Amino acid sequence: MLRSTLLLAFGLAAIGAPAARADEFTKADVDRYQKEFEQVAAKGRELWTSGALGTNGVACGQCHPNAANTHPETYPKFQKQLGKVAQLFEMANWCIRNPLQGSNLAPDDPRMTALVSYITFERRGVKLAPGQH
Amino acid sequence: MSELITRRSVLAGAGAGAALTTLPISMVTLAFGGTREDFTFTYISDAHIQQIKGASFVRNWDMGLKRAVAEANLMKPESDFVIFGGDLGQLGKREELDHGAEMLSHLKGKLHAVMGEHDFYLDLGDYWSKLYGPHYYSFDHKGVHFVVLNSILTSEQWTFHRWPTAEQRMLEMAGLDNPNGSPFMVGDKQRKWLANDLAKVDKKTPLVVFSHSPLQKIYKGWNFWTDDAEEVQALLRPFDSVNVIYGHVHQIQYNQIGNISFNSVMATAWPWPYPQSYAQAESHLPVLTIPMNRADPFFERDATGWQLIDIGSGRVTARYQLWDNDSRTVAFDHKAGHPVDVAYQEPTQRRLPQNHF
Repeated sequence: MLRSTLLLAFGLAAIGAPAARADEFTKADVDRYQKEFEQVAAKGRELWTSGALGTNGVACGQCHPNAANTHPETYPKFQKQLGKVAQLFEMANWCIRNPLQGSNLAPDDPRMTALVSYITFERRGVKLAPGQH
Repeated sequence: MSELITRRSVLAGAGAGAALTTLPISMVTLAFGGTREDFTFTYISDAHIQQIKGASFVRNWDMGLKRAVAEANLMKPESDFVIFGGDLGQLGKREELDHGAEMLSHLKGKLHAVMGEHDFYLDLGDYWSKLYGPHYYSFDHKGVHFVVLNSILTSEQWTFHRWPTAEQRMLEMAGLDNPNGSPFMVGDKQRKWLANDLAKVDKKTPLVVFSHSPLQKIYKGWNFWTDDAEEVQALLRPFDSVNVIYGHVHQIQYNQIGNISFNSVMATAWPWPYPQSYAQAESHLPVLTIPMNRADPFFERDATGWQLIDIGSGRVTARYQLWDNDSRTVAFDHKAGHPVDVAYQEPTQRRLPQNHF
């Protein structure tokens, strides 16, 4: 996708380069994109329930069945305990450090991406409410 | 935010006739206005003691139970007995049950234990029985009939034929939201026992029934549910005054079905979300229930609970103390015929943290 955008940007497509156009994606492509997401969300569910993220075997799912009470739609939001507007991964890392007695994951760690994918998937259909308490 | 109430203020409150506690336990007073001798018992539930390996256990859950036991021993009036409401361990291991039992052994007074699914599905309650005896039983105390049920049984097929190992069976049932789990039930055999047990009891005798799961249907997906709840309720219906007190849900719930008042107790381990906060499922929370204040996620002990329960005129008044939140009182309203939150029942009186999402 990025490459075809660049090609278009340089006008190469206009001189007959055989690249796929930006609007050339099919139902099969969409299905694949969806599947890619679902696989990552499923990985997130696995991590959520496995107890593997910390050091004491406690799993996120022990306190948050179906990732409930994580309300991803409310982030970013002000967290009084942090004294600043925080993102969802910062809250997830607090849980990993404390109840799970583990260490922070980087925001772009594939495991954090999987966790956020799962949390958000379980909350699908709920309106965005950034900042809400 | 209110200050944590100290033991000093608990005692001062008790002296003034108020009922206050900061303990992760329930103090239950049965007051009968002279017709029976008043007495108090203590209720601790859902400790979920979890082994890491060897002699290491999850510190957070240990702290909840340790504090409950230590504080319970300091309470006045002293309890006639203690109920532990189930889920002593997390994965039913001997190490967990032994570690939890060792902590509970410091309690003054006789302990009556209720079976939880986390105690059961490794060895079907075998080791638990060595510690605490039969899985279901009844006893009489100062004119009240108490029944302890094992409400976390499930089908024979799931229990005996579905899983290759006992460890896997335990793990599958331990995940609250695991679709491979199975609905809880009391079962035919135990209901027959209950019918026989109750046949000997006068219908005017106050009944208090302890179960781990709610003997009502709230949300099947998390087993806030007992599959044969209606059949059990039918056996309780002939009695004038019936109170069901249950654990498992780790949150404040209350309800009234006919003559039966329902009250949940808090966990010493961790709080659970209300089912309504799971966006993909319908909520069946009793409409009477005003949710507990939301847990402060930055405080590991928040929204774990304790409550003081009076049973006057055979009905429950539950005084819930939340670690760093204002206290809550849920009392039976004789005019309305059901429990109400004395401060927050009216929609206009609710507090922002009672909105869960």
